[in-house]
Amino acid sequence: MLAYIFRRLIFAAATTVAISVIAFVIIQLPPGDFVDAYIASISATGGQVSLAEAEGLRIQFGLDRPMYLQYFAWITGVVQGDFGFSVEWRRPVSEVIGDRLWMTVIISVFAILLSWGLALPIGIYSAVRQYSIGDYVFTFVGFFGLAVPNFLLALIILYFSFVLFGANVGGLFSAEYQLEPWSWGKVWDLAKHLPLPGLILAIGGTAQLIRIMRANLLDELRKPYVVTARAKGMRESRVILKYPVRAALNPFASTIGYLFPFVVSGSIIISLVLSLPTVGPLLLRSLVAQDMQLAGTIVLMLGVLTVIGTFISDLVLMWVDPRLRAGLDG
Amino acid sequence: MPPIPMGEPARPRREPILSVRNLETHFLLDEGVVRAVDGTSFDLFSKQTLGIVGESGCGKSVTARSILGIVESPGKVVGGEVMLRRDGAREMIDLAKLDPKGDRYRAIRGAEIALVFQEPMSSFSAYHTVGNQIIEAIRLHQPLTKKQARNKAIDLLHMVGVPKPDRRIDEYSFELSGGLRQRVMVAMALSSDPRILIADEPTTALDVTTQAQVLDLLRQLQDERDLAIILITHDMGVIAEMADDVVVMYLGKEVENGPVDDIFHNPKHPYTRSLLNSIPSILARPRSKLSTIEGSIPHPYARPPGCPFHPRCTVAIPGLCDSQTPRFLPMGDRQGVSCFLHHGPSGQSMPSGKDTGARHDAV
Amino acid sequence: MSEQAATLPLGTTSKAASSAEERIAVATQLQLTWWRFKKHKLAYASGIVVILFYLIAIFADFLAYSDPQSTAAARSFIAPQGIQWFDEGEFRPHVFAITGKRDAKTFKIIYAPDPTQKIDVKLFARGYSYRLFGLFKTDIHLIGVDDGKVEDRIFLLGTDLLGRDLWSRLMVATRISLSVGLAGVTISLFLGVLLGGISGYYGGAIDILIQRLIEILRSIPTIPLWMGLAAALPRQWSVVQVYIAITVIISLIGWTELARVVRGRFLALREEDFVVAAELSGASQLRIIIRHMVPSFLSHIIAAVSLALPAMIISETTLSFLGLGLRPPAISWGVLLQDAQNLQALSIAPWLLFSAIPVIIVILAFNFLGDGLRDAADPYG
Ligand SMILES: Nc1ncnc2c1ncn2[C@@H]1O[C@H](COP(=O)(O)OP(=O)(O)O)[C@@H](O)[C@H]1O
Ligand SMILES: [Mg+2]
Repeated sequence: MLAYIFRRLIFAAATTVAISVIAFVIIQLPPGDFVDAYIASISATGGQVSLAEAEGLRIQFGLDRPMYLQYFAWITGVVQGDFGFSVEWRRPVSEVIGDRLWMTVIISVFAILLSWGLALPIGIYSAVRQYSIGDYVFTFVGFFGLAVPNFLLALIILYFSFVLFGANVGGLFSAEYQLEPWSWGKVWDLAKHLPLPGLILAIGGTAQLIRIMRANLLDELRKPYVVTARAKGMRESRVILKYPVRAALNPFASTIGYLFPFVVSGSIIISLVLSLPTVGPLLLRSLVAQDMQLAGTIVLMLGVLTVIGTFISDLVLMWVDPRLRAGLDG
Repeated sequence: MPPIPMGEPARPRREPILSVRNLETHFLLDEGVVRAVDGTSFDLFSKQTLGIVGESGCGKSVTARSILGIVESPGKVVGGEVMLRRDGAREMIDLAKLDPKGDRYRAIRGAEIALVFQEPMSSFSAYHTVGNQIIEAIRLHQPLTKKQARNKAIDLLHMVGVPKPDRRIDEYSFELSGGLRQRVMVAMALSSDPRILIADEPTTALDVTTQAQVLDLLRQLQDERDLAIILITHDMGVIAEMADDVVVMYLGKEVENGPVDDIFHNPKHPYTRSLLNSIPSILARPRSKLSTIEGSIPHPYARPPGCPFHPRCTVAIPGLCDSQTPRFLPMGDRQGVSCFLHHGPSGQSMPSGKDTGARHDAV
Repeated sequence: MSEQAATLPLGTTSKAASSAEERIAVATQLQLTWWRFKKHKLAYASGIVVILFYLIAIFADFLAYSDPQSTAAARSFIAPQGIQWFDEGEFRPHVFAITGKRDAKTFKIIYAPDPTQKIDVKLFARGYSYRLFGLFKTDIHLIGVDDGKVEDRIFLLGTDLLGRDLWSRLMVATRISLSVGLAGVTISLFLGVLLGGISGYYGGAIDILIQRLIEILRSIPTIPLWMGLAAALPRQWSVVQVYIAITVIISLIGWTELARVVRGRFLALREEDFVVAAELSGASQLRIIIRHMVPSFLSHIIAAVSLALPAMIISETTLSFLGLGLRPPAISWGVLLQDAQNLQALSIAPWLLFSAIPVIIVILAFNFLGDGLRDAADPYG
């Protein structure tokens, strides 16, 4: 059991390192360095920076050093909570990101819980009533959920709710709470706005989960232990819920690991369409403006977020699988 | 089909506790109907063991599930009777007429008729401790608290010879050895003190030594608890060791039945004889290849016309066995067989019948 | 030497015989898949839809009638105008001319169809010139008009802000989007077969290494990654350069699933008798892979590819939608949808959402097709 946790921890660490390297590469990719971007942003507002000053800045930021040293300098800063400086906003990156990362977490976690909450009963129903009308309907809707990219779904819902109800479904807060500090009223306001974007975000994952749950449960329903349970005289619904569903839950739980990056990715895009105050719109804007320290930090944070999510899902998996706990496999 | 007067003249004083008559269980698939059980009849008596034998795919397991009313869809009991004499009652009730999903059937399932079967590994849920599963079985039919049920479960494990039952009860099935698992399975089946135990290939997945131990355990429990056992197997050796009466099945049909001595010393049906030939002799090297029956079981949809066994039968009568289906009729006062070597197409006794029996090298 | 010479003829005959057997074995595997696939009605129909879409891609310019790049302020946001098939009970396909009138209150010019001016729609009419299959210069289009410029006459799906015809743009976009999908899947397939094959064939440390790499790639959210990479493409790059770069970026991340499938098949096949037999007979490893293993899982690869294609198409569409993928003047579904990005544009010109329909249809069709192929290739998997 400890060995399993240890292995997953190592894996999480390796992934984190890989992500940090990727984030660093992204920061470095555009032509020119941070000082160039800084100078460009200052001169855009009428300021002046001399060549000598620029050289001074470069040395000050260590940009004259080899790449790997720059990476270590950057990552050391990140570990200490210094994510660099946003040239576009002229503020430290951490200030610019602010609450937005938490909004991303909230909407992603909400979408995942929603996917689970929908996929579990639907998957069970589809398996137990295989080839029923309901099964076909869910299968077909599921295909749509898989096929329609969620930004398109967001776009279509945005349009139709405007045409049909005259409502703009964008945003996570009503106008009066937008700039307010946190309060219970604001939390309630958020809770009221969350379901629609959450649902849009959850659809794709839900469709996948339904298919997984259905297939696994169909497998499990054929296993001998189900016959054993029936032969005891258990009620059929109880048989199914206690045994095969429990067993099918296992591969189901292991999908969180993949679901999480998928949902985080999706949140970026639908945030743009629905103007949600997550890191999504910020990331796009920073990339377009080549505000690379900000962009790199967001990529890094999203990556770390999914690593944490994956690690948690590993722990959940261990919790639901007695064989992992006993250290027999995995 | 007329009811089979099996054994009744010879044992007038005994009354069966379970009496299956012309049981038919079919699977209605898109590709066609699989007649998994196609007219099987037998009687089960208290304290006795009835062996059901046949190659795999002959409908033995489906017979067991039909009795318990747990045939999974698209399977369905479409005909016949499953008469059960409930404890102390004079009248028998026909289980086949009960709603398989109803409460009355559920009260019988596990409580009066219990099942032990082949794969002790996959017969337990890997996500629940064995204790959890036994306690559940106990509390389904007995008004006990969790604590009481747990104590009873430990007693049961002790009874079936599981060492350190108070520790084993909290383990998962995959932490137990194959033999232990099957013992735990037996303990769970006996948890509500059933009078009938159906053991579906209980030893097939076990090694030879463990096999013998489990069979010993079954015999011992039968003596202690007056159990009636239906022992399903494809192994004539197990039958020889355990059974009092034997039913031989082929492709869902009962081809022969009778007391174990008659079946072994005077087998009537060519299929029974082939099965007997496939028993390894004591002198043969262990694990050496058994002499198997020529040919293979036909595909369930492609049931041959006439006697289902005729394509593999060495003594089939051309023009008769491949076109007409033999009826199951009594042979003497203790046996029954469905074979044209013994009965003509209209049911008359065939003179050649006795000879063919003698041709067999008795075991 | 004489011994060798004596055995030679024998050797060649048996070789010829065995390769004939091989062909039969391979053919039957693919044929079996095909038979099972044909029974799968939805997948079969989806296959036809996919083929139709690729035909549209090939004949995009022919099916378009207006020059997709031709702009005119006067044609801005003209609503879709259907073809009128009958004129006073007589079959005569025509459209109404769009004429501008000054609104009395706002003094803006409003463009609206004028039912009194009928313009005949002709088949195989002349329009802008293009190269069919990229080779033959022609200006014949499926439909057009003889009376005036077609750009000012036919508006099957309306126009965008700059007055460009949406139908014609959609045709051309189909070609770009589908071809990015194909190109991306080709690169992914190459990577997937290479790395998945190495992983599954050699096993051991290499396998573990590649598996960990795949696991890491899959646990990183892809969209931020794409965005970061795509945003780094220099502004001054040409359309073609961007096209290639975007394809590579998409496929760099998309190969992992293909690699997983390939590896799985390798693992399953490694154990099979004919590979062992080939190994025993001393065939070189490369020969084993090419002659025996690849054909026998061709059907699995086809299925995996048809499931990977829609993902590629979604990726390109998403990136272009964000403005980080293909850039105007390139036209792809994502580029078209970018115009429909906000509520304001949509409320003025809801027809811009038409571009979503082919995206959804193609992705659905590929998914049904891929599912059917997978079931057919592996009925028990
Ligand atoms: N769930 C099922 N669906 C379709 N056919 C089944 C099913 N279960 C059993 N059968 C058919 O019933 C026949 C008898 O099976 P079974 O009773 O399991 O054989 P045995 O236990 O004698 O080996 C087989 O031919 C099998 O094809
Ligand atoms: Mg069986």
